[in-house]
Amino acid sequence: MTAYIVRRLLLAVPTVLGVCLVTFLLFNVFASPDAIARKQLGKNPTEMQVKSWIHAHGMDKPMFLSLQKGPDGRLHPFDSRFWNQMRELVLFEFPESDYLHEKMGSLLREKIGPSLTLTIPAFILSIIITLPLALFIAYYRGTYLDRVALFVCVILMSIVILNYIILGQYLLAVVFKYFPIYGYEFGLGAWKFLLLPVILAVASALGGNLRFYRTVMLNEVRADYVRTAMAKGLSEEKILFKHVLKNAMIPILTVTVLSIPFLITGSLFLEMYFGIPGMGNMMLNAINNHDYPVIRTLVYVYSLLYIGGSILTDISYTLVDPRVKFE
Amino acid sequence: MKESHLTIAARRIRRDRLAKAAFVVVCLFALIALLDVVPAPHRTATGLRWDRTVLDALFEKPVEKSYSPPMARVGVLNRHEFPLKNRHLLGTNNLGEDVLYDALKGVRTAFIIGIVPSVLAAFFAVLLGLFAGFYGGRIDDAIQYVYQVLSSIPAILLLIAMLMVMERGLWQLCVALGVTSWVGLCRLIRGETLKVKSMEYVEAARALGASDLRLLFRHILPNVMYLVIIEMTLDFSGLVMSEAVLTYIGLGAEPGTGSWGRMLMTADRELPNAIWWNLAGASIFLFLLVLSFNLFADSLRDALDPRLRKD
Repeated sequence: MTAYIVRRLLLAVPTVLGVCLVTFLLFNVFASPDAIARKQLGKNPTEMQVKSWIHAHGMDKPMFLSLQKGPDGRLHPFDSRFWNQMRELVLFEFPESDYLHEKMGSLLREKIGPSLTLTIPAFILSIIITLPLALFIAYYRGTYLDRVALFVCVILMSIVILNYIILGQYLLAVVFKYFPIYGYEFGLGAWKFLLLPVILAVASALGGNLRFYRTVMLNEVRADYVRTAMAKGLSEEKILFKHVLKNAMIPILTVTVLSIPFLITGSLFLEMYFGIPGMGNMMLNAINNHDYPVIRTLVYVYSLLYIGGSILTDISYTLVDPRVKFE
Repeated sequence: MKESHLTIAARRIRRDRLAKAAFVVVCLFALIALLDVVPAPHRTATGLRWDRTVLDALFEKPVEKSYSPPMARVGVLNRHEFPLKNRHLLGTNNLGEDVLYDALKGVRTAFIIGIVPSVLAAFFAVLLGLFAGFYGGRIDDAIQYVYQVLSSIPAILLLIAMLMVMERGLWQLCVALGVTSWVGLCRLIRGETLKVKSMEYVEAARALGASDLRLLFRHILPNVMYLVIIEMTLDFSGLVMSEAVLTYIGLGAEPGTGSWGRMLMTADRELPNAIWWNLAGASIFLFLLVLSFNLFADSLRDALDPRLRKD
C-alpha cells in the first residue's frame, strides 16, 4: 500500500512539471511581456512605465537560459524567466498579486475558508439528496415514473447556472425575503448567508448528478450477482440498498472525489452573486483587473488539487472494493 | 445491400417522438442562424451594400430611447413617458434595442460556439487518438502525457488563462474551447483503436499489403467514427452554455456579437425594477436550444452506440 502511494506520487511529478510548463508557456510565450504590461497598466501607459513594469516583474530576463554575465561578473545561467517561475511554483513561493499587491500565499489562505464553507456543505448535501433519489428511480426503472424523472433531469440540466442563481436570488431573497440577499460573516454567523447559495448549488447540479447516478445503478442492476441474489429469493429492496449500492460506489466515488476541486471553481458565480469573499470572487477580480499572477497561481494550485484528488480516488477504491489490490 | 449504420440510426430516432420534436426545434434554430448568415443587399447613397443579413433586414426597426415592456405603446425613462416608434414583441433593452432581435442574433453565435470548437477538438482527438492507439510505445506515451497534463488543469481555469492572454473575439473563444474539450474524446478513440486494431478485418487488410495510413483512415477510422458523432452532439449544449457563462464574466466575444450571456449580464439590475423581458428572452432561447439539443443528442447516442443497442 505504502509502496503504491509512493509510486503514484512519483508518477505525478512529471504531470505537475507539465502543468508548470503549460502555465509558463501561456503567460510568457503566447502573450508577450509587453502586452501583459500594457493590459495591467490600463489606459495608455508611457513607454517608461511599461519598461519599469517589465523590469520589476523580471520579465526582461531571458526566457530559458541566461548566457550573459551578471553585474557581479559571473555567469547565472538559471536566472531566467522559466527557472524563476518554476522555482516559485514548485517551492510554493507564489508571486505577488499585481492588483491587490499581496502575496498569493496569504491571499489563498484568506480566501479558501469562505469558499470551503460554501462548497463542503453543498457537496455533502448534494450526495445526501441525490443518492437516495437515484436509488428510488432505479427501483422504479422502466416505469412511467422513471421516464418522467429522466425527462425532468434533462430539463434541469438544460438550465444554465446563471438562471438558477439570478432567479433563485430574486425570488427567494428579494421577493419573498426568506434569505439575506448579499453578504458574508466570518465564524458561525455565516450559515444564514450560506443557506441559499448552498441550496442553489445543489439544485443546479441535481439533474446531471441524478442522471449519472441512475445510469450507474442501472448498469449494476444488469450484473450477474443481482440475478443470483434474486434467484435465491432476496427482496428487491434488499438487493438494491445492500448489494447494488455498494457496487455502485466505485464509479460514484470516482466522479465525486474528482469533482471536489471543480466544486471550488463551480461556485464562482454563487460567490459573485452572494458576496462571499472566496476563491471564486478572487478569480473574477483577477480577470477584471488583468491580474496574471493570480490566475497563474490558481491554475497551478487547482491542478495540484486535481492530481491529488485522483490519487486519493485510486486509494479509496481499496476501501470500498476488496477486489482492488495494490502490490 | 445491407443498410448503413447511419440509416439504421436515423430509423431508430424517427421512432422516438420526443427526439423527433427536439430535432425539429433544432432545425428551426438552425434556420434562424442561416438567415443571419445570408446577406441581404440594400441600396444606399453610395450604391449597393452587402453588410446586412436577411435577419437584420427583417428587424429593421428604429432604436428606441430606453426600456419598454413587450408590445407597449409608450416607454418610461426617468419616470417620464416617451412614445415608441414601433411595437416590440419582447420589448426593448436599456439601449432601446429590440430584445427579440437581440435574442435571435444570439442563435448564430450559439451555433458557431456549439460546432466550431468540437470540430477542432474532434480533429485533434481523432488524429492523436488513432496514432496513440495504433502505434503504441513511445508515441502513445507522449500523447498520453500531453492529455494527462491538459486534463489535470481544471477546464474553467485553462479557459480563463487562455482567454486572458488572447485578444477577445468569437474565434479565439472557439479555439480556447476546442483546446479544453479534446481530451475526453481522444482517450475514447485511443481505447477503441486499441480494441479495433487487432480485429480480423484489420489483420486481413494488413495481410493484403495495406499501408499504415490506409489501415488507419480507411479501416479503423470509420469504425470509431460513431464516438466522434456522439461526442460532438453531446458537447454542443455544454459549449453553448459555456459561451453564456464566459461572456458573463467578461471573457466572451467582442461587444457587438450577438450573445445570450451579454443579455443576462444586466438582469440582476433589471429584475428589481420589474424589467423581466430581457432576461426572459435570453433565457428562453438558451433553454429551448440546449434542451432540444440534449434530447436529440441522447437519442442519437442510444441509436449509434453499439454498446447500448437493445434490439
